[in-house]
Amino acid sequence: MKAVEVKELVKDYGNFRAIKGISFEVNEGEIFGLIGPNGAGKTTALRTIATLLQITSGSITVFGYELPKEAAEVRKIISYLPEEAGAYKNLTGKDYLDFIAKFFGDGEKFQNMVQKGLEIANLGERINDKVDTYSKGMTRRLLVGRALMVNPRLAILDEPTTGLDVVNAQEVRRIINSAVEAGVAVLLSSHNMLEVELLCHRIALINDGVIIASGTAEELKNDYDARNIEEVFVKAIK
Amino acid sequence: MIGNIIKKEFKELFLLSTLLPIVVIAIVFGSVGNMIGNVQESMKAKPVIGIVNMNGGNLSDIAMSILSENAKVVYNGSDTESGLEEVRKEDGVALLAIPENFSQNIYANHPGEIEIYWIMKGAGMLDSISSSVGEGLIQSVNQGISTNLIQQNSSIDAALVLKPTKRIDTTFFKGKEIEGLSPSQLSNMLNSQSIVIPVVIMMLIIMAGSSVISSMGLEKENKTLETLLTLPVRRSQIVIGKMVGSALVGMIMAAIYMLGFSRYMGSFQSSNINLANFGLALGVQDYVLVGISLFVALLAGLSLCIVLGTFAKNYRSGQTLIFPITALAMISMFTIMFKDFDTIPAVLRVLLFVIPFSHPMMAMRALMLDNYSLVISGIAYTAVFTVVMIAIAVRIFNSDRLLTGSVRERVSLGKLAWGFRRS
Repeated sequence: MKAVEVKELVKDYGNFRAIKGISFEVNEGEIFGLIGPNGAGKTTALRTIATLLQITSGSITVFGYELPKEAAEVRKIISYLPEEAGAYKNLTGKDYLDFIAKFFGDGEKFQNMVQKGLEIANLGERINDKVDTYSKGMTRRLLVGRALMVNPRLAILDEPTTGLDVVNAQEVRRIINSAVEAGVAVLLSSHNMLEVELLCHRIALINDGVIIASGTAEELKNDYDARNIEEVFVKAIK
Repeated sequence: MIGNIIKKEFKELFLLSTLLPIVVIAIVFGSVGNMIGNVQESMKAKPVIGIVNMNGGNLSDIAMSILSENAKVVYNGSDTESGLEEVRKEDGVALLAIPENFSQNIYANHPGEIEIYWIMKGAGMLDSISSSVGEGLIQSVNQGISTNLIQQNSSIDAALVLKPTKRIDTTFFKGKEIEGLSPSQLSNMLNSQSIVIPVVIMMLIIMAGSSVISSMGLEKENKTLETLLTLPVRRSQIVIGKMVGSALVGMIMAAIYMLGFSRYMGSFQSSNINLANFGLALGVQDYVLVGISLFVALLAGLSLCIVLGTFAKNYRSGQTLIFPITALAMISMFTIMFKDFDTIPAVLRVLLFVIPFSHPMMAMRALMLDNYSLVISGIAYTAVFTVVMIAIAVRIFNSDRLLTGSVRERVSLGKLAWGFRRS
């Protein structure tokens, strides 16, 4: 079964068409990257799949559940990490993980989720401090922990390493890879072409609401006779 | 250079969101000023009264002369019932009845009784002004008779000379005949019992409303709302959870505020009148109705705040959005404090009924006077208002507007109902 199937998706904001009929699929156990410049439609696509935005036309299914009809079922199996998201500042990191885990289970299941979140976040004693006191990297680790602790079948990660230093970005990428090894499908967006090349099994290049190329990093580089994905992108939009 | 900076500052600061609150405040103050201005006019006008004079003595003649000079007398006869009917018809203040032995009693060292049948129209602070003018008439009568007694060098007791008459008040108010109380006494008593409620409601709505709108602003600012909306929880549960959480915070904050305020109010109240003696005491069912009215008004306020909160882009803009709620609560509070629901102009009456916070503010006074229809219809209206607001909020939570600031689809009542069931 496909983790995500997007067919001819169109998304309008009033008179502005942000997505102009894109189609792609995400397989189980793979990392699929949507890459493109700011304003290309990456976040809109991710938000629509994450049940946050209405579909103007086209269709989206997540593990066979159709949106928006079965949005409630989709929310049970996905986890969404918005770009530059924060957590509730007056809660401690542990309280925040507890708060989220309670939506997904109770008893032992709840305890296991929180434990997993604590391990992924890896904040040590600071997990008992208020989120307000965390650095950007610590907050991001907490949020990645939150997103993956609930054992989602699909993790939707919007710019997961934006604003992080090299060490924190590498740590987040390691966590994502571990999740995929455990069977999670990941759909992520980034405008960091190098990161996507390193992380994703397959890539779609999106520009001005249209997917202009897709495939594995190697396929794309061969198709466009480019040394890296950045070069592929530049050639593709010309 | 400096002109450039001034221009930039002006553009940054002179926004619709900063201007609108000031405009609303100006309108509120203007309306209150207009109301007070009308009262001053009515104070200048001669009070409309009726007189039943059963005494032919010289002191009653003095009283009659003073009353005729200082008031517009619409009835001068001997039948109390006919007099009352005429005073009511002419929208008068009171019927004054001077009994047969009025002058004789004073000369016999007993106060001369004047029976006053007050026609009370409203229990607001400003409503009792017209009766205060009427009370001023009695003072004038006292002065006139005192002057006459002093000029006569009468042997009457000096204390009686200074205060030769005794008032026997009966007030007719909203179908009740209350013996022994003048309108100002009754108004003070009703207000001392019911004035705290409007202040509590106002504080509760502002505190709780501020919490819920700020929470929405913070959720958007920190992007926690996006996460919340992708969790396996119904939109209606998010809306109701936010309302109840904010209500609890608001109630705690309002309770702390009210601890101080009730001490402050207590220092002004020295009335030891027993309401039960006048048939004005509230029973258990009345307090239950006040509680229900308060509860549904709080829910109505919070549901309205949730809808407003969806417009908040961040914490700061959320703080601005609380203003319409504050203005509505203040309009209700001041109007109810100063005027009675029945004595305000029809347009203002409709406005007051439409504002859901008005109903618990009016409930206590209305129940004291057995006006159950106003309280029950207010509760029913507020409950419907709350359900509609929650449905709108849930609908917005299901739409793009929460994240993008626009609604793609037109919102109809049918769709609202469907959206509420679905969530």
